[in-house]
Amino acid sequence: MAAIFKREFRAYFHTPLGYVILAVAYFFTGYYFFTYNIYGGTTDFTQLYSLLFSVVLFLIPVLTMRLMSEEKKSRTDQLLLTAPVSRFGIILGKYLSALCVFLIAIAGTLVTAVIASFYGKVDWPCVIGNFLGLFLLGVAQIAICLFLSSITESQVIAAVLGFAVSLFLMLVDAVSYVVRSRVLQNLFEYISFNERYSPFTLGIVELKNVVFFLSVAALFCAFSTAVLEHRRWS
Amino acid sequence: MLEVKGLVKKYGDKTAINGLSFQVAKGEVVGLLGLNGAGKSTTMNCITGYIAPTAGSVTVDGHDLLKEPDKAKRVIGYLPEVFSFYPDMKVYEYLNFVCDLKGVFRNQRQRREHILAVCGRVGLSELTGRMIRNLSKGYKQRVGFAQALIGNPGVLILDEPTVGLDPSQIIEIRQLIRESGKESTIIVSSHILSEIQAICSRIIVIHDGQIAADGPTEQVIREAAGRAELVIRAKGPETRIEKVLSEIPGSPRFVRLPEAEEGTSEYQLTGNGQEDLREAVFQAFAASGLVLLQICSREASLEHTFLHLTGQDSKEAEAAFGKGEQ
Repeated sequence: MAAIFKREFRAYFHTPLGYVILAVAYFFTGYYFFTYNIYGGTTDFTQLYSLLFSVVLFLIPVLTMRLMSEEKKSRTDQLLLTAPVSRFGIILGKYLSALCVFLIAIAGTLVTAVIASFYGKVDWPCVIGNFLGLFLLGVAQIAICLFLSSITESQVIAAVLGFAVSLFLMLVDAVSYVVRSRVLQNLFEYISFNERYSPFTLGIVELKNVVFFLSVAALFCAFSTAVLEHRRWS
Repeated sequence: MLEVKGLVKKYGDKTAINGLSFQVAKGEVVGLLGLNGAGKSTTMNCITGYIAPTAGSVTVDGHDLLKEPDKAKRVIGYLPEVFSFYPDMKVYEYLNFVCDLKGVFRNQRQRREHILAVCGRVGLSELTGRMIRNLSKGYKQRVGFAQALIGNPGVLILDEPTVGLDPSQIIEIRQLIRESGKESTIIVSSHILSEIQAICSRIIVIHDGQIAADGPTEQVIREAAGRAELVIRAKGPETRIEKVLSEIPGSPRFVRLPEAEEGTSEYQLTGNGQEDLREAVFQAFAASGLVLLQICSREASLEHTFLHLTGQDSKEAEAAFGKGEQ
């Protein structure tokens, strides 16, 4: 697992992909920090983190699109699948590599908070809560997109599916208002990432929301492992 | 060292391999021979754990591949038919990654020595710092060979290791396989009999997913090629010649060949065993009064032997016969 993690993490920075993702994340962090905090003269980071919610949802499919699909297409998976590494170890190594890059990408928000702290009083529990929320959002979303990458040989299809799922997760709140069925409304509200993320932006860390994001991550990592296992038996 | 028992692999309704069973002893170099689609790669993929068999078991060095996959895979080095590599990696970096993946040589100094030794064996010493994607096909294949050798595995599985290489590269890879055979058990697949003959001490012929022949290389080839073959040319009416041929003791099978001089007919005779047909043919024609212009004994080419081994003894097989010896 560690071998795969190291290879994948390095691979992000052997190609422009890792740098592009970091550049885009830092650009939006810097832009929102300038617009809302510096220009607005406030140390409240709630707005910055709320806006980063949608940026992150569209950045993650790009981060994960090649993880499994490229291996399958180029048949480099033969080396991994014939090595003494479990299927879950392969998935976990790839998952953690993407998560690490994501963590580096959102770490910029903490830097902006440190900068702001030189000029005013920063509500650190709120910032930490926001950061944790954004991180957990990534934890879940990366697992979903990794699964999507594992079911196709095309990076493009993996990315498009990822964007579609991201869009759905963004709009699922609105959908819950238009459906008549109470059961569907409850379902959509339950799976809404926005609903789960919002308390974090207020600095409220609720265990049920933490468990929700971690559960989604575990479930989709298990699905990805099942896809690998299915290919072995089919 | 390796035991395959009742191996079956089905892809939907199609049965790729059907009940393969064989054992390979330590230090043996075994060739898996078969036509394209015979089930060689599927067999190898099952042995390496890349795919799971529908039924049957694979035991490597006492470890069942399904029950103890990690222990079994640790003993295996695998060179797939199409060696794929990560385009962003250099040779040394890639082999270092393979060491990590196989969990061998955790000590950095020992690891470096091992990687350099493997590179030396496959002739990559000067290229350890090069990007794999920039190497020629032959050198890429060497990188594939090197990754299979990482960790000094007890069993080497090589799936068509010389496909697409030029003649000098083929000779080099064959030499590498022979040298590796001194230390490891090797299974090489190929659809080229001459290649298997040059490398392996034993052949397992796979046809339609089943074992068609299994034994020492020379013995299997001799038995397959050992049928008496003659080409004769005689002068006279076709019907009379064929009557004479049908009366030869042992009733050899005969086929009329198209190329013949005017007024003559040419036939190919195939005996049922390994007896020499020449004398019987000569006596029969002498008794009939027909003029026998030529008797030509033919040795079956490797291609013909291969087709015979793989059950393709049809007209294509007849056409694949080698040059005659008069």
